[in-house]
Amino acid sequence: MANIKFPKKLFEKEIGKLDEKMKKKISMFGTPLESVEEGEIEVEIFPDRPDLLSYQGFKRAFLAFLGKKTGLKKYRLHKPGKNYYVKVDSSVKKVRPYTVCAIIKGLKLNDEKIKEIIELQEKLHNTVGRKRKKLAIGIYPLEKIKLPITYKALEPDKIKFTPLEMNREMSGLQILQRHSTGREYAHLLSGKRKFPVFLDAEKNVLSMPPIINSQLTGKVDENTKDVFIECSGFNIDVLKKSLNIIVTALADMSPSIKIYQMKVKYKKPIVTPDLTPDKRKISKENTNKLLGLNLSKKQIQKMLEKMGYELKKNNVKIPAWRTDILHEVDLIEDIAIAYGYENFEPEIPKISTLGKENPRETIKRKIAHIFAGLKMTEVSNYHLTTPRDQFSKMGLNPKKQKNSIEVKESKTEYNILRKDLTHCLLKNLSENVDVEYPQKIFEVGKIFNSNLMESEKLAAVISPGDFTEIKQVLKYLSKMLNQEIYLEEAKDFPSWFINGRVARIKLDKETLGFIGEIHPKILNNWKLKMPAALFEIDLEEIFKKLE
Amino acid sequence: MVDTSKKENKVNKRLIESLSPNERKIIPLLKEKSIVSISKKSNLDKVSVLRSLEYLQNKDIVKLSSNKKKIVEIGINGALYKKKGLPERRLLNLLGKKRIIKLQDAKKQSGLSNNEFKASIGALKKKALIELKNGKIVFSGKKQDISKKSIEERFLESLPIEYEKLPPEYQLALKSLQNRKDIVCVLEKKSVNIKVTELGERVMNSTIDAGDMIESLTPEIVQNKKLWKGKKFRRYDVTSSVPEIVGGKRHFVNQSIDYARKIWTEMGFQEMNGTMLISSFWNFDALFTAQDHPVRELQDTFYIDKQIPLPADKDLIETVKKTHEKGISGSKGWNYEWEENDAKKLVLRTHTTCLSAQTLYKLSKLPEDKRKGKFFAIGKVFRNETVDWSHGFEFNQTEGIVVDDNVNFRHLLGYLQQFYKKMGFEKVRFVPAYFPYTEPSVEIHAYHPEKKVWLELGGAGMFRPEISVPLLGKNTPILAWGQGFDRIIMDYYKINDLRELYKNDLSQLRKIKAWMKN
Repeated sequence: MANIKFPKKLFEKEIGKLDEKMKKKISMFGTPLESVEEGEIEVEIFPDRPDLLSYQGFKRAFLAFLGKKTGLKKYRLHKPGKNYYVKVDSSVKKVRPYTVCAIIKGLKLNDEKIKEIIELQEKLHNTVGRKRKKLAIGIYPLEKIKLPITYKALEPDKIKFTPLEMNREMSGLQILQRHSTGREYAHLLSGKRKFPVFLDAEKNVLSMPPIINSQLTGKVDENTKDVFIECSGFNIDVLKKSLNIIVTALADMSPSIKIYQMKVKYKKPIVTPDLTPDKRKISKENTNKLLGLNLSKKQIQKMLEKMGYELKKNNVKIPAWRTDILHEVDLIEDIAIAYGYENFEPEIPKISTLGKENPRETIKRKIAHIFAGLKMTEVSNYHLTTPRDQFSKMGLNPKKQKNSIEVKESKTEYNILRKDLTHCLLKNLSENVDVEYPQKIFEVGKIFNSNLMESEKLAAVISPGDFTEIKQVLKYLSKMLNQEIYLEEAKDFPSWFINGRVARIKLDKETLGFIGEIHPKILNNWKLKMPAALFEIDLEEIFKKLE
Repeated sequence: MVDTSKKENKVNKRLIESLSPNERKIIPLLKEKSIVSISKKSNLDKVSVLRSLEYLQNKDIVKLSSNKKKIVEIGINGALYKKKGLPERRLLNLLGKKRIIKLQDAKKQSGLSNNEFKASIGALKKKALIELKNGKIVFSGKKQDISKKSIEERFLESLPIEYEKLPPEYQLALKSLQNRKDIVCVLEKKSVNIKVTELGERVMNSTIDAGDMIESLTPEIVQNKKLWKGKKFRRYDVTSSVPEIVGGKRHFVNQSIDYARKIWTEMGFQEMNGTMLISSFWNFDALFTAQDHPVRELQDTFYIDKQIPLPADKDLIETVKKTHEKGISGSKGWNYEWEENDAKKLVLRTHTTCLSAQTLYKLSKLPEDKRKGKFFAIGKVFRNETVDWSHGFEFNQTEGIVVDDNVNFRHLLGYLQQFYKKMGFEKVRFVPAYFPYTEPSVEIHAYHPEKKVWLELGGAGMFRPEISVPLLGKNTPILAWGQGFDRIIMDYYKINDLRELYKNDLSQLRKIKAWMKN
């Protein structure tokens, strides 16, 4: 998630007074107001609106929404000058195939503005750019480089330049190994035989995307007036939109700023940036049907204009910096925002259907109520557990458990899926040794078998408790469910039970689980001082019978 | 004139009939003023005496007040030393026989432990009774110093003693002994003061024998007329407190889930169910979440190192692929190369919306005019998160879809408003939001009347055609929502820490109130 911050003073000067009504408007525009602190306004920008990731972009859209500057905003593009071109060498195809470029002239920069530009760049990198994988942006002071530019891929040891924040030349590989930014993004070039670079007319390296710019030619400062901008990546549409977002945000900083196009010479050359609006049809019927409104064409037009569009006949002209309009529904949502979510009248439709609970849930609830009638308390444990609880404390060696289902890179010690409820209940007892006894608890829940199948289980434990007491509980349950559950002497049984005090629980010919007294060795592992008797059964068989 | 004496007697009589046998036993002893002595003389244990005194207080017969006193008591080692003598005493006695003695010999002969020996040397040096010279102890005091009892010894003999009443010399002795292990300790003791009220005085002066009264009604008494006919029953204080009991019950989270389930079924929704382990295909791809979307990264989603086969329906896979790559039904798609292998990755479901996706696909097998309905789910979902008061890796979500040609955005808001109303939130508001699979999208905020804040409760929207067309087979409007549920539970039970929901603290589970919304 990305947020943007801007001074409240600036907002009040250029947009309007920040009163309660205005605060509400900001959120109802789809940019939740996060905070107003120390003279700064912070709003959240949803990932579908990278065009709002700068104050300039936000201002453009929000002024329209307020009805102050509605419709499609137009920018003048200047034709490429002499040498305003970037030659794309075919060597980049296998590394980072695309680039689009522009030149901006007439910037008047100060610390604030430089910060704004860098923040926009970083935010685009982290959102649309997926941490520079999909998109990397470079901005260079034009006076320090000589046009035209070449975009090509070179072998890493043939790349030599002084990267940002360094005072000596490094090779491509050295940068990935030794430069902090280089190391951070090294994975994006790992395994590539050649690394991409931008070179100027004098063969000076401007940058090695998506890693880093040159200290000599790639650093914008207060004296910079004109800049060369490039976006590189894998999807030319993403690059074009991103470039449009940047150049329009820069152009909005002052009326004297000029955007120059550049020729990008692929086999088939293109000219960028291109601010020609996309077009998409919108139908009044679809809009009204989806929103449950009765808007006229005129109203729809007005609302589209409030969202920065232009409507001609049934065609909507979409700003070239909008990345989120995939379908007519995206336009319809914008109409809904312009209409105001607060103005929709909620209504429950007259659709007659029969409600139905999942029968398993009905049975599970009945079982829980049977246990509550026995004064037992239901517990609810996580489905994720730790190898220590699942195995070590149950007297099993975790290293010998091949079938446990592990989740990757868990941020906590809970990194396997539980295989039974038994260890969860014993854990509950061990965490409640200071609470009044007797403790009678049960749980109904899912466990995960090694074949990845999930099954519902029921487990109950009584502490202090013996075989007779827990068997009484099972017997009562079996009577209440009207199922012939019976016990059989068990030869193979889970090792946490006491031999001779454990039985196999059966229904028809199926084994449902085991019942017995827990071995003191296991009780000791859990630091339990009281004896415990327990059973765990599979509910799948019972569901089959009862459903 | 009113005959007050008679009235007073009447009150007394009622009162006297309400006295329990224990209370009767201690009433004549009320002037004892100490629980210990009442206990001795009444033959009742201290707890029973205290309880009876409390009952008498309820009846206005006594007034109890407690005060705390600091008492200096003898410690474990102190009791031992009181018998055997303090270590310095033992050393001093030794020096009484020989005025000069080697350190090692002194230690051996005194039978003191290392620490005791060191402590006693220190104590005696402080009093200028000994000097250490060339590894020898030299007695430098007067002979009578040996036979005289030290302040410490006299102090020990005086224990227990009230801290406030310590004479100044004993205060010093206390300080020096407190530095040594377990010789003395200062305890805070509560003592109860009993004051007999005016009514109490009258009760004490009247006959409290109310004759033969029935205490507990036993089966024997019930079955034998002679034992109860014409007898009086001892009056109980029906307002006095009783020990608490606890019943068995469902876990409070499950109680509230059952309630939500009831709301949905009452509104005509059918419950969906499915697995927690699911393919990325159902969890993400079928819901038009691009394969490079950040939510699919390891640091957000739990992946299992296994692949799971995609649905056998080749058309479905092809359509979803096309939807992502180039779009479908007027959509542009995400414009990238869709990888079948990414869709096969097994995850723990990150939302219950995957159940809605599967339900839509099941509906697609029905004739076109039957592909509609209202469905809901409530269940656990998983995110790879660290655990703190507001985050966890497992939480509950409630999900719903309404599939019908005639539903629209206002209906979505209608259902949500109704659900939250039933959950106790009268005032809700809807603000724009973003989710990859809905458009328009909305976030629900509910007003909390006590906290006077808006709570963010979750997201909803109408499924994009990129969902409905591939899964349902037609572009039907679908209302959809999936909200976290745990916050509402926390709010109802006034729990401020998410971890408490699944802590399984039995004393909490036994005490917690029932879910009473209806």
